[in-house]
Amino acid sequence: MSLLSIQNLNLSIHSFDILRDVTLAIDAGEIVAITGESGSGKSMTALATMQLLPQGAHTSGHIMLEDIDLTTLDEAALCDMRGNDIGMVFQEPMTALNPVKTIGDQVSETILIHEQTSRSEAMERAAKTLERVGLPQDRFPLSRFPHELSGGQRQRVVIAMAIALRPRLLIADEPTTALDVTTQAQILTLLGKLAREDGMGLMMITHDLAVVADMADRIIVMRNGQVVEQGQTNALLQNMQHPYTRMLFSASSHKVTLPDTVTSAPLLEVKSVSRDYRTPRKTLLGKPGLFRAVNNVSFTLGRGERLGLVGESGCGKSTLTRALLGLEQVQEGTITLNGEPVFTGNKPNLAVRRCMQVVFQDPYGSFNPRHRVARQITEPFHLLETPPTGAARQKAIDEALTAVGLTPADAHKYIHEFSGGQRQRIAIARALIIRPDLIVFDEAVSALDVSVRAQILDLLAELCATYNLSYLFISHDLSVVRTITDRVLVMKSGEIVEKGATEAVFTAPQHPYTKSLIAAAPVLPELKGTIS
Amino acid sequence: MLRYTFKRILSLVISLAVASLVIFTVIEIAPGDPASFMLGINAQPETLAALRTELGLDASKVERYVTWVTGMLTGDFGTSYTYRTPVADMVAQRIWVSLPLALYALTLSTVIAFPAGIFAAARRGRAGDIGVMGATQLGVAIPNFWFAMMLVLLFAIKLRWFAAGGFVGWDKGVWAGLHSLTLPAIALALPQAAILARVMRSALLDVLGEDFMRTARAKGLTARQALWRHGLRNAMIPVLTIIGLQFSFLLAGGIIIEQVFYLPGLGRLIFQSISARDLIVVESVTMLLVFAVIFVNFCVDLAYAAVDPRLRARA
Amino acid sequence: MIRNLLLGGILCAIFIGAALLSFVWTPFDHAALDIPGRFQTPDAEHLLGTDHFGRDILSLLMVGARTSLAVALVAVGIGMCIGIPLGLWAAARRGSLVDEIIMRGNDLVFAFPSLVIAILITAVFGAGAINAIIAIGIFNIPVFARITRGAALSLWEREFILAARVAGKSAARISVEHILPNVTNLLIVQGTIQFSLGILAEAGLSYVGLGAQPPTPSWGRMLADAQTMVSIAPHLALMPGFAIILTVLGLNLMGDGLRDYLDPRLRVART
Repeated sequence: MSLLSIQNLNLSIHSFDILRDVTLAIDAGEIVAITGESGSGKSMTALATMQLLPQGAHTSGHIMLEDIDLTTLDEAALCDMRGNDIGMVFQEPMTALNPVKTIGDQVSETILIHEQTSRSEAMERAAKTLERVGLPQDRFPLSRFPHELSGGQRQRVVIAMAIALRPRLLIADEPTTALDVTTQAQILTLLGKLAREDGMGLMMITHDLAVVADMADRIIVMRNGQVVEQGQTNALLQNMQHPYTRMLFSASSHKVTLPDTVTSAPLLEVKSVSRDYRTPRKTLLGKPGLFRAVNNVSFTLGRGERLGLVGESGCGKSTLTRALLGLEQVQEGTITLNGEPVFTGNKPNLAVRRCMQVVFQDPYGSFNPRHRVARQITEPFHLLETPPTGAARQKAIDEALTAVGLTPADAHKYIHEFSGGQRQRIAIARALIIRPDLIVFDEAVSALDVSVRAQILDLLAELCATYNLSYLFISHDLSVVRTITDRVLVMKSGEIVEKGATEAVFTAPQHPYTKSLIAAAPVLPELKGTIS
Repeated sequence: MLRYTFKRILSLVISLAVASLVIFTVIEIAPGDPASFMLGINAQPETLAALRTELGLDASKVERYVTWVTGMLTGDFGTSYTYRTPVADMVAQRIWVSLPLALYALTLSTVIAFPAGIFAAARRGRAGDIGVMGATQLGVAIPNFWFAMMLVLLFAIKLRWFAAGGFVGWDKGVWAGLHSLTLPAIALALPQAAILARVMRSALLDVLGEDFMRTARAKGLTARQALWRHGLRNAMIPVLTIIGLQFSFLLAGGIIIEQVFYLPGLGRLIFQSISARDLIVVESVTMLLVFAVIFVNFCVDLAYAAVDPRLRARA
Repeated sequence: MIRNLLLGGILCAIFIGAALLSFVWTPFDHAALDIPGRFQTPDAEHLLGTDHFGRDILSLLMVGARTSLAVALVAVGIGMCIGIPLGLWAAARRGSLVDEIIMRGNDLVFAFPSLVIAILITAVFGAGAINAIIAIGIFNIPVFARITRGAALSLWEREFILAARVAGKSAARISVEHILPNVTNLLIVQGTIQFSLGILAEAGLSYVGLGAQPPTPSWGRMLADAQTMVSIAPHLALMPGFAIILTVLGLNLMGDGLRDYLDPRLRVART
C-alpha cells in the first residue's frame, strides 16, 4: 500500500477550478517531485494534502494516508495528523518563523503539541533535531531568535520543526527557491538525507527541473491543475510522452546562439571601485562601523560586448549595480560611461544617462500601475534634448513595441492587463526606445516561468542581431548567464574573484569559489527526445 | 536594550524641552502682555505694573522661561493668581480625580475591546464579526459628552442608580469614590473601546495572514491555539501604540467629561483657570498633562522592546 | 462593501444637502423666537420639535450643519495642504536631517493632547470658528504627513521609481508624477476619517463654548444648552446628538466603502 495516494482530487476555490482529477501516489522512502509552471496547481495539491486550504475551498476525491482518508477527518483529527504524520516546509524562510519566539520554543512546540512530555525534555529533543539539520547547539543555541539567522539557517529551523516527530511524509513546497545556489544545494542534500534516514516519503514541489532531475525518484508534471505526465525519473527523462513535458524540459535547458560581435572601444569602465556602508554603533559611544560592500572592483565592458555578472545574495551585486547606474556615490575609484563619470551628485548628467538604461527583475513592480503603456515606455524621453513629439513619438512607440513582439495597439492599455512575460517585454521596450549604448539587465528573467524565460532569451538574441546591443547581464542563475553572455564576472563578498570568456569560466573555473558555485548548481542532463 | 532605552530617554527629554518651549510661547508671548490679558482691558496702570512685577514679567523672555522650567523641575509650579495657593497643591488634589478616572476608563475600554476585537477577527466575515464591526462603527461616531448626557438621563435621573454629577471624595472609601466615577468612566470608555476593538481586530487579521501562522497550523496547532500562542503576541505591537495614544485621548476627553459631571479634576481646573485668565495655572497644568502623555509614550516604546526582540537587536 | 459605500454616501448626502439647502430655505427662520411655543416635542409642524426659545430645531440643525461641515472641511484642507507635501518631502529625503525633523515634529504634535491644546489656543487667541479651524487643522497636519510619508517610503523602494531615477528625474518630480497618484487613494480614505473626527472635535469645542459663537448656531452648543434641561425636554439633547452621530457614521462608512472600492487588489478582479 502506498504511503500517500491521491485519487481523483478536484479542488475549486470560490467556484474557480484549481485542480482537476489529480491522481498520484508516493511510497515510503520515495522522493517524488511535482513540477510545473506557476498556476499549475502544485502548491494547492500540497495544501490539499495537509487540508490547509483557504476559505471557500471545495474538494472531491480521496487523499489516502495509508488507509485513512484525510478528506473524511474532522479538524481535531487533522490537527493530530499535521506535524505528527505529515510535516510541511514552505517556500519563504524569511517569514516562516514567528519573529518574537526563540527557535527552541518553536521547534519544541511541535513536540509539545503532540506528545505528553515535559518542557525540558521537549527542549532537549528540539536541540537534537536542530543538530540533525545542521544547526549545532554551540553555534545556534535554543535561545536564538529568527532574525539572527540567515535564510538558509531559517529554512533549516523550519525543516527541524517539520521532522521533529519523524513524520511518515514530508512535503516541501519550493523549499529552496528563495535561497542561494550554494545554500540550495546544502538544503536539498539535507532533505534527501533525512528522507533516507527516516524512511520518509518526500513530496518535493519545485519548478526547477534541474533540481528535479537530480533528486527525484519519480517525477509528476502538472499543468493548469491537471497531471499531464508522471513516471520514474530516468525513464521519463529518456522518453517524454506529453508535448508539454517536452516543451518544459527543453525550455529549461534552452540555449540561444548570440550573433557574433566585434568588440570595439571600451564603453563602461570601472576602475578600483569601493563602496562602504556605515553600520550602526555597537556600543553606546563607540564609533559607527564601516562595511565594505564593494571592494576594489575593476572591469571594462566594450561596445558590442555582452557581459555577465554572477554572484549570490549579499555578494555586492546590487550595490555595484546602483553605483553603475549612477544612483549612489562610491568611496573610491571611478565609473565612467563613454569617458564621462556616471555619478554627478544631485543634478544627474542627462547626457550620460541617456546612454544607459535598465531592465529590472520584478515585472509587477517595474511599472507605475496608474500609467498607460505609452507613457511608461516613453519615460526615457525625458533624457533627450529634443524628445520626439506627435507623429515621431508615435512612430517610436510603435517601433519599440513591435521590436519586442507586442503590437502598437498595446500602447493604450494599462499595465495590469499584461502577463509577467509581456511586462518584461514592455520593460525591454522601455529600455530600448532611446537606443542607449548600454543596457543593464538586473535579474531580468529571474522572476519568470521557464517557458516565458526561454522566449525572452530568444528575444534578446534577436535584438542583439538587430541592434548590436551591449549589455551587462546580472543574475544568480548560472545556466541563463552561460547562454546569454560572451564574458562573465564572478563576484563574491564584494570582490570579483574570476573573469573571463563565459564558456571558459564555466568549463574550466579557476577560483575555488567559482568551482564550488558551478558544482552546487544542479544541471539538467542532456536529454533525448526533446524539442530544441 | 540599553542603547534603545538610552535613545528613548534622550527622545523623551528633547520632546519635553520642545513642548515646554511651545507652551511657554503660546501662553506668555502670544497674547502680548500676559498681565493685561489677565486683568482685562480696563485695568489700572498701577495694578498692571504690580502684576507684572509679581509675575516677573520685567525680566527678559529667556530668563522667564528658565525660571519657569527650573521651578517645575524642583516642584515649584508657581502660585495661582486667582486662588493664591501653590499650583502644585491644587494639582496634587485634583490629580486624585483625573488620574483614577483615566485609568478606570482605560481599564473599561481594554476589557471591552480586547475580547470584542479577538472575537471579530476569529469570526471574520461571519455574523459575529459584522455585528462587532457595526457596533464599533456606531461607537466611534458617538460624541462622549453627549453619551454622558444620555447616561445621566437614564441612570441618574430615571433610574437613580448614580448621582448626576460631583465627586464624593476618597475618604468615604474606595468603592464610593469609584461609584461616583463610574458614569464618567463609561462615557469616556465606550467610544475609545470602539476604536480599540477595531485596531485589535485589524492587527489580528494582519497577523493571521502572516506566513508563520501557516507554519503553526502545519505543525498541528488548532486555529485557536495558533491565534493565542502566535497571533496575539505579534498583534500586541500595534495595539500597544494605540493604547498609548488612547491615554492621551482619555486625558483630553476627560477635560470635557469633567465639565459634564462637575468633577473636581485637572480638566475643570484648566477650564476655570482659562475663564479666570489665570495663566500661571494654565501653563503649568498643560505642561503637566503633556508630560504625562509623553511619558506614557515612552513607556509604550519600552514595552515594544520587551515584546519584539528585533527592536532590541536593531538599536 | 457596496453596502457601506451606499449607506455612507446617502447619509453624507443628506447632511451636506441639508447644509447647502439651508442657504436658500429652512422650514422656519432658525433665529425666530417663539417663547409660547417652546419645548414642543416633534410633531407635524415642527418635525423635530422646538427648543427652549421656541426656535425650530430642524432649522437650527440645518444651519448648524453648515458650521460643523465648514469647520471640519477647512481643517482637513489645512491638514492635507500642509501635511501631504511635508510627508512627500520627508520620504523623498528619507534618512536625512529634513526627514528626521519632520518626523520628530510629527511625534511632538502627536504628543500634545489635541483637545487640551485646541482649548488653549481658542482660549488665548479668542473663541470663534476661525480659531477652531486653526486649532483642529494643526492636528490634522501630522496625521497626513505621517500617512503620506509611510506610503511614500514603501513606494520609493519599488522598481518603477528606480527606473524613474535612472531616467534622471529629480526627487521632486518623481514625488509628484509617480508617488502622489499612487497614494491618493489612501489619502482620500484618511480624509473622510479626519473629516468625521473634525466634526466631533468641533462639536466638543462648541460644547465648551469655544467654537462658533452665538448667534451662529452650532450643534455642540445646542447640546450645551440642552444639558440643563435634559430632564424636561430630552429631545433637545437627542436631536443634535443624532445629527452628529449620523453625519460621523455616514462619513466613516463612506471611508470604509471607499477603502474597499479603491483597493488595487480588487481593482484587477473588476476589470
